[in-house]
Amino acid sequence: MIPAAFDYVAPSTLDGAVRALADAGEDAKVLAGGQSLLPVLRMRLAAPTTLIDLNRVAELRGIREDGDAIVIGAMTTHYDVLHDPLVAEHAALLAETTGTVADPQIRHRGTFGGSLAHADPAGDLPAVALALDAELVIAGSGGRRTVPAAEFFVDLFTTALEPGEILCEVRIPKHTGWHAHYEKFNRVAQAWSIVAVAATVRVDGGSITEARVALTNMGSTPVRAAGVEQALVGQPATAEAINAAAEHAAEGTSPPADGNADAEYRRHLARVLTGRAVSAAVGA
Amino acid sequence: MTATVEPEVGRSRRRKEDARLITGRTRWTDNLTLPGLLHMAILRSPLAHARITSIDTSAAKDMPGVLAVVTGADLADEQGSLPCAWPITADMKSPGAPSMAVDQVNFAGEAVALVVARSAYEAADALEGIDVDYDELPVVLDMAAAVADGADLVHEDLGTNSSATWIFDSGEAGTGGDVEQAISSAEVLIERTFRQQRLIPAFMEPRSVMVDPTGEQLTMWSSTQVPHILRVMLAMTLSVPEHKIRVIAPDVGGGFGGKLQVTPEEVLTFLAARRIGKPVKWTESRSESLLAGHHGRDQIQKLTLSAKRDGTVTGLKVELLADMGAYLRLVTPGVPILGAFMFNAIYKFPAYRFVCTNVFTNKVPTDAYRGAGRPEATFAIERLMDELAAELGVDPMEVREKNWIKHEEFPFTTVAGLTYDSGNYEAATDKAKELFGYDALRAEQKERREKGDPVQLGIGISTFTEMCGLAPSRVLGSLSYAAGGWEHAAIRMLPTGKVEVVTGSSPHGQGHETAWSQIVADQLGVPFEDIEVLHGDTQSSHKGMDTYGSRSLTVGAMAVVQATDKVKAKAAKIAAHMLEASEDDVEFASGSFRVKGAGTEASGAKSVSIQDVALAVFAAHDLPDGVEPNLDSEATFDPENFSFPHGTHLCATEVDTETGRVTIRSYVCVDDIGKVINPLIVEGQVHGGLAQGIAQALFEEAVHDESGTLTTGTLADYLVPSAVDLPSFVTDRTESPSTTNVLGVKGVGEAGTIASTPAVVNAVVDAVRHLGVSDVQMPCTPMRVWQAIRTGRPDAGGLGAEAGGGLGSIDSSGGAR
Repeated sequence: MIPAAFDYVAPSTLDGAVRALADAGEDAKVLAGGQSLLPVLRMRLAAPTTLIDLNRVAELRGIREDGDAIVIGAMTTHYDVLHDPLVAEHAALLAETTGTVADPQIRHRGTFGGSLAHADPAGDLPAVALALDAELVIAGSGGRRTVPAAEFFVDLFTTALEPGEILCEVRIPKHTGWHAHYEKFNRVAQAWSIVAVAATVRVDGGSITEARVALTNMGSTPVRAAGVEQALVGQPATAEAINAAAEHAAEGTSPPADGNADAEYRRHLARVLTGRAVSAAVGA
Repeated sequence: MTATVEPEVGRSRRRKEDARLITGRTRWTDNLTLPGLLHMAILRSPLAHARITSIDTSAAKDMPGVLAVVTGADLADEQGSLPCAWPITADMKSPGAPSMAVDQVNFAGEAVALVVARSAYEAADALEGIDVDYDELPVVLDMAAAVADGADLVHEDLGTNSSATWIFDSGEAGTGGDVEQAISSAEVLIERTFRQQRLIPAFMEPRSVMVDPTGEQLTMWSSTQVPHILRVMLAMTLSVPEHKIRVIAPDVGGGFGGKLQVTPEEVLTFLAARRIGKPVKWTESRSESLLAGHHGRDQIQKLTLSAKRDGTVTGLKVELLADMGAYLRLVTPGVPILGAFMFNAIYKFPAYRFVCTNVFTNKVPTDAYRGAGRPEATFAIERLMDELAAELGVDPMEVREKNWIKHEEFPFTTVAGLTYDSGNYEAATDKAKELFGYDALRAEQKERREKGDPVQLGIGISTFTEMCGLAPSRVLGSLSYAAGGWEHAAIRMLPTGKVEVVTGSSPHGQGHETAWSQIVADQLGVPFEDIEVLHGDTQSSHKGMDTYGSRSLTVGAMAVVQATDKVKAKAAKIAAHMLEASEDDVEFASGSFRVKGAGTEASGAKSVSIQDVALAVFAAHDLPDGVEPNLDSEATFDPENFSFPHGTHLCATEVDTETGRVTIRSYVCVDDIGKVINPLIVEGQVHGGLAQGIAQALFEEAVHDESGTLTTGTLADYLVPSAVDLPSFVTDRTESPSTTNVLGVKGVGEAGTIASTPAVVNAVVDAVRHLGVSDVQMPCTPMRVWQAIRTGRPDAGGLGAEAGGGLGSIDSSGGAR
């Protein structure tokens, strides 16, 4: 299918992109990897007047260390995230999850920041950002501001980004030495997750000392399974203890119902998959 | 010329067409262009059932680049009614089938207007300038409700949603007993209702049509399986003289029956080009393809099987509701009837009755989809045999063995009146069980059950047969089909000894060019590389019945063989003259004519190659008296019988009882398709067929919401599996040559699809039967399996009102921010 006509701007700096976005007015959209936006344009579900293409903005790419965090440029591709040694060392959950995103072609095109800004509740990376307490750095004409992941995801496909703002980088606190697993449940490999669980835990002397668990597609935004996290801390890293904690996974969620799963089934999956995710993370 | 040439037939040659197909160095319809080419886009109804009260095209007509905006009212006098070639009963109700709706739309996706513009972009933009007002009508979606008294009607003027009821009764036909008697005296009765969900063919290349009206002949390029049928039908539908139409199917990227059609879009492109007098092209998007191309399957199957306590089957009654959708397309009503002869399958049922009611609904029409009627039948009987085994408490292979036709009983005339020429179900089954490790898997299954493993193991069997090689023309006539089932071929011997093979079969991925070359190389003794296969253009291959129903090899290649026989007969006369011998004394082997008993070339004996004869014919200086200077020959082959490939498919699934997820652990199939021309092509056909059959069992379903909107309108929602979702297949063959054609071939295009679906579902049910599950509706989604385990209900799922994530949940207010 053929998208409606639009103007196209490809700035080479972030400042230029922010200016271009301001100039283009309310109906502009930012183009990152295009893996979600282009299908929507081609199906004419959206008809922006201007596309601001960030692909030439070099400063938005790359991964660096910054004290107790790693900082990932919003335009860093999934492929680059997946193969980055800093990510592997300090954010195993992100590396693990990125490997499950779509297929190699898409991972070479799609970007980390793009998938967060798209805020698809069935997308995999928002739950990871939430679980890792990521901070999202946003640029606008008034300068930069930082929003914690817990406040970034507002609703279905809706984030804290205001018109005229661009997500520029993501700061992820180092989770060095943490165990991690992303348990993804979908019908075919390339489909969106029906439910998925992002889990990362710190284990000391056979006991779980810290736990972060977030759920994909259990509501209009990713949600932290706070009850599970609390129940895990102090428990031995055994399947039995983990499964008991996982019983709290669906608490406080309001999962959607669609052709693949009704709400009850999603709650059930959240419990089962949480147990599996944490167990896989710790090797229980 | 050496005397010991390796035969080409039987060689696993890589396909000669693949280099150009895979690298894209070819021309698909959408790649073609013509000077001054215009582009067409189609506006489709968003409503499933509504009267069109007004269409305002004025804004669209003023948009940039637009040459014409055309509505159904504009075309009403010239568009005719799309053809249905299969009036299954004399009183079949068939509504007029306009290519573009005139005053009423009957399915969501039906064309209501078209735009022709200078570019595809301008055409797409102009669709938004067309304003259509509708009065909504009640929507008919459910087949059972549609045939109930007082139902809302799809076509008010027909007075009913029932198109036709077609009956076969073995008692009445004299091919068997009375099924009601069998049922009333049954020791065991198995009654089940299965649902064949609606599927979408989802071929790789979306449909595309280009029409050039500027020549003496109006030329249509179309991504079609049936260029020959299309030409005839365009002539008949639009009252255009047939000789003024040329149809070309260039390389076509898959069809699976989905391009066995005379489509509304072909007619509309034709009419638009004729109206404007310039070349016009239309190419659909993927979502348009899923929405508006014909769908497949969609039946409710009520089944009653009677048997004795010892497992001997005594009767089978089949009552079907088959969803036609809103109109009858080319062979829509006949698809379920193709299954009528296959429910009894390989088993010796003494009594059989088949009743099918074809039902109209407000959905896109159904029509042929890989297997067409036979997968539905095979699914039903193979599921029933498992249910019988469960009822009797025996291994499901045992009830099959007890009832199938033994190899020494061939040829065997079935209760449905077909005569199966050859087969060996025992041999295929033995081989499959061995490859599968049947007994070891049964032992593991028992162990897992006993220890209550959360992952249970299931074993599914499908011992299938199919009727293919469509079809003997006399049989088609007896079934009220409007055409014959023959195929045509011609051989052209070129002066330099090269060979052109003209075939009426129309490949769209099958590898005809390779297989036909292998056959002709052996028949004429010419090198494989010296053969070119011409197809898909009514100007070069002027006569044909095209490709579907696993017919190309059993019918089309037989025509090729017969044409080569005629070439050899003509050449023999000339070769004898050249050898100064009597024709009776000349023999042909490995491409050369020799005098019988004269010894070999090495011993100084003379020989004349067929290439020498071709050159002599070109010169025509010294031919025998009365012999025409021409070796070219043609033949038309009409089969005497169908062919009956069979096989044993075994599937092992692991069912995660905690989540309902089904994983295929191993899949073994041993197919008997008779003689094989190219084992590599056969392997490819089986693999692709298995993928599609497994997809029906586990993944694919065309879903409509309560308003009749297709909710699986993208490949993000309509889940076509990829290689990573499928196991590594173990395939093998046994070989019982067909006795009804000299090649001994049976056809393989549909086998994998027909056989695999019940093997998978049987395996799913087998894994959790001890937990109280006796059926899971297809596709066996994780939620359905999980619910079946919890509640025994087979049909959990359906539509939720709330949006989940993913592309399908994005609406016009959504999208990336």
